[in-house]
Amino acid sequence: MPDLLAARSQMAMSLAFHIIFSVIGIGLPLLMLIAEWRYLRTGEPGYLELAKRWAKGAAILFAVGAVSGTVLSFELGLLWPQFMQFAGPIFGMPFSLEGFAFFTEAIFLGLYLYGWDRIGPRAHLGSGIIVALSGVLSGIFVVIANAWMNSPTGFDLVDGRAVNVRPFGAMANAAAFHQTLHMTLAAYAATGLAVAGIHAMQILRGKASAFNRRALGVALAVGAPAAILQPFSGDISARHVARTQPVKLASLEGQFETERGAPLRLGGWPDVERRETRWALDIPYGLSLLAFHDPNAEIKGLEAFPRDEWPPVPIVHIAFQVMVALGTYMALVSLWALWHWWRTRSRDAVAGDRRLLRALAIATPMGFIAIEAGWTVTEVGRQPWIIYGVLRTADAVTPMPGLVVPFLTFTLLYLLLGAIVVYMLAQQIGRAPADDREPTEPDRPPEPAAHPRPA
Amino acid sequence: MELFTQLTLAELTAWVVVVALNVYVLFGGADFGGGVWDLLASGERAERQRSLIVQAMGPIWEANHVWLIVVVVLLFVCFPTAFAAFGTILHIALSLMLIGIVLRGSAFVFRAYSYGPDSTQRQWGRVFASSSVITPLVLGMCVGAVASGSVGEALALLGYGPAAVLPTATVVTTEAVTPPSFVALYVAPWLSPFAVAVGVMTLMLLSFLAATYLTIEAEGDAPLQEDFRRRALGAGVAALAAAGAALALGLMRGGVMARLVGTRWPLSLVIASTIAALTALVALVRRHYQVARVAVGAQVTFVLWGWVLAQFPLIIPPRLTIDEAAAPASTLSETLIVLLFGAVILVPSLWYLLRVFKGRVPATRTP
Repeated sequence: MPDLLAARSQMAMSLAFHIIFSVIGIGLPLLMLIAEWRYLRTGEPGYLELAKRWAKGAAILFAVGAVSGTVLSFELGLLWPQFMQFAGPIFGMPFSLEGFAFFTEAIFLGLYLYGWDRIGPRAHLGSGIIVALSGVLSGIFVVIANAWMNSPTGFDLVDGRAVNVRPFGAMANAAAFHQTLHMTLAAYAATGLAVAGIHAMQILRGKASAFNRRALGVALAVGAPAAILQPFSGDISARHVARTQPVKLASLEGQFETERGAPLRLGGWPDVERRETRWALDIPYGLSLLAFHDPNAEIKGLEAFPRDEWPPVPIVHIAFQVMVALGTYMALVSLWALWHWWRTRSRDAVAGDRRLLRALAIATPMGFIAIEAGWTVTEVGRQPWIIYGVLRTADAVTPMPGLVVPFLTFTLLYLLLGAIVVYMLAQQIGRAPADDREPTEPDRPPEPAAHPRPA
Repeated sequence: MELFTQLTLAELTAWVVVVALNVYVLFGGADFGGGVWDLLASGERAERQRSLIVQAMGPIWEANHVWLIVVVVLLFVCFPTAFAAFGTILHIALSLMLIGIVLRGSAFVFRAYSYGPDSTQRQWGRVFASSSVITPLVLGMCVGAVASGSVGEALALLGYGPAAVLPTATVVTTEAVTPPSFVALYVAPWLSPFAVAVGVMTLMLLSFLAATYLTIEAEGDAPLQEDFRRRALGAGVAALAAAGAALALGLMRGGVMARLVGTRWPLSLVIASTIAALTALVALVRRHYQVARVAVGAQVTFVLWGWVLAQFPLIIPPRLTIDEAAAPASTLSETLIVLLFGAVILVPSLWYLLRVFKGRVPATRTP
């Protein structure tokens, strides 16, 4: 395995692993927060049980996310020293800010997890709010740094040297807004629908307890709106990429020729040798419409760019198709659930429709697969550049040979960790909550409890 | 006093990084030391020793760990040349350290949250404990590698310059008469006897630190407190011996390490750290645990600053200075301002965390 490929694989694998945990780290605190808030409002112990369960999951996932994030921050230097030497001072500001957000998150997560009987209910809920907020902020800062790699700004290039460096100017790069919006919505959609799917499965298996119905309700309240908004944010992203990274757009659409009124290709396989995308379902004018909101807009094809500036086109195209297909499914299922809820104004309507439950159960892993696919689009789609138009990935890699060894080592380590985390979460989910003994118990009407204290 | 009055912006920033490293060593380092005592838990109270360690670390270890991330981020933002150099030459060592960090953190939560039989929990405990040994050892070896000048020499072999210039703009010429071997570049720098001695010293110091902290955590349980008192005394003596060995090897090697005893400020810190170590040991013998805690913290701090001042104003001896390795002034000043604002949020939050969990309120905990 060539060293460059090994380094890229190790980075990709580390990111793919870490991103699952960071996404849940953004979404899950909001779920547990809503559950705790519902408990404080209604005094229903079922909501407290829910908050505590999710908090346990959050504890495991946050710890693995924290250590795998540490690995990434080191790997930037271990694998890409030339990149960091050049880019560190320019795009480092969001990382510094992320450091603080992450710090706050760790502090208040400690208070949240271990403080149930040490701090008052308000302070506890407040800690949860800070965890949820700083989690979102951490994610936003890191994505801003990535957006800079797609849309580098905040410095002037003189003789290969960065001068007049403006760290905050680098943060205000053109890709920052649409990338952070898309990623934040993705985090809520993926986590919300995954949790909803798990509880939908439990209900389908005959465990229609109040516990599972409550969990489904809270999870959908977070996941469904995000999943419905995501296609709109995707539209913003696609139009931005069309203007600033036309090679990436051409790759993800499998567009080889420059043409006006370009069709939208669904599926298909881009044949790089023959320079055409075969077996795709073409929607006439679709791409021009989507990318520029004009059916006759000109779309630059890959042929407009030197061959050595093409990313691996088939990977980018397929990943994009996967992301869009899964995102569409998630948005449609969410609309279905929302419609159900709106028609009946009852949480149990969703839990009572077995077809909808099945559709939700199928969606369980989709958000995460879509996120991995989406990152493949943005990262592989930027190749051969590590900083778009400025520094090539091949020029940034460490001179150390034998990089296949660390790649395999960390892959094994992460495979092991991933398997253990899945096993432990399955154990958590599999354990029957206290109120499962009475599966038909109806929810008690909300009673204004006078300052309920967590037990 | 010129050390304090004529600092450049880059040097000031470097000192801020060292302060963050110092806090990491005092807090996060002690958590690794706790893992060492988990590994060495013995006698009839072995289980109680282990659960005291879990109880002490549980709510705070993740916050403590973040200090390391702060150090790394500050390094790559403010001293990108040094960060790139460390990442290149110390690749293998830092990877080992990372594996230690990953296994330690994951195993700790896996143990806390596993529903399996006791044997499963014990297995996680063993992973947690043994990986706690790797990280401080390798971290110390990396420090030793930098301090001794080995990293700088390997960089020179590689033809690595300090300038942050895009590779397309420079022609990298590696026309060494005999190309340097893989071992000479990527292994030997951190496996020298001096580097290993610094690694062992770090491990001993952090174990000393942890055992001393644990005597205070064990307040109210006299036999348990006695266990950690004896452990602290043993580790303290071992740390002193290891520090002596590291110092001797450093002096034999010469270079910047000779400045530890040859110049005023580093020499004062070497003497101060020795006094602090002896104070901690005497306080432990007399069971003045609060005094011992402060003294052992001071010892660790003095050792760290002794190293920093011995190689000041170099960031990678023998040649690369802090100024040469630094980011542009705009980055440095804006980062310092952000740090200041961040501290306004961070310090009260940390204070609250420690007050809730390290205050004198006895409570039953259910993690």
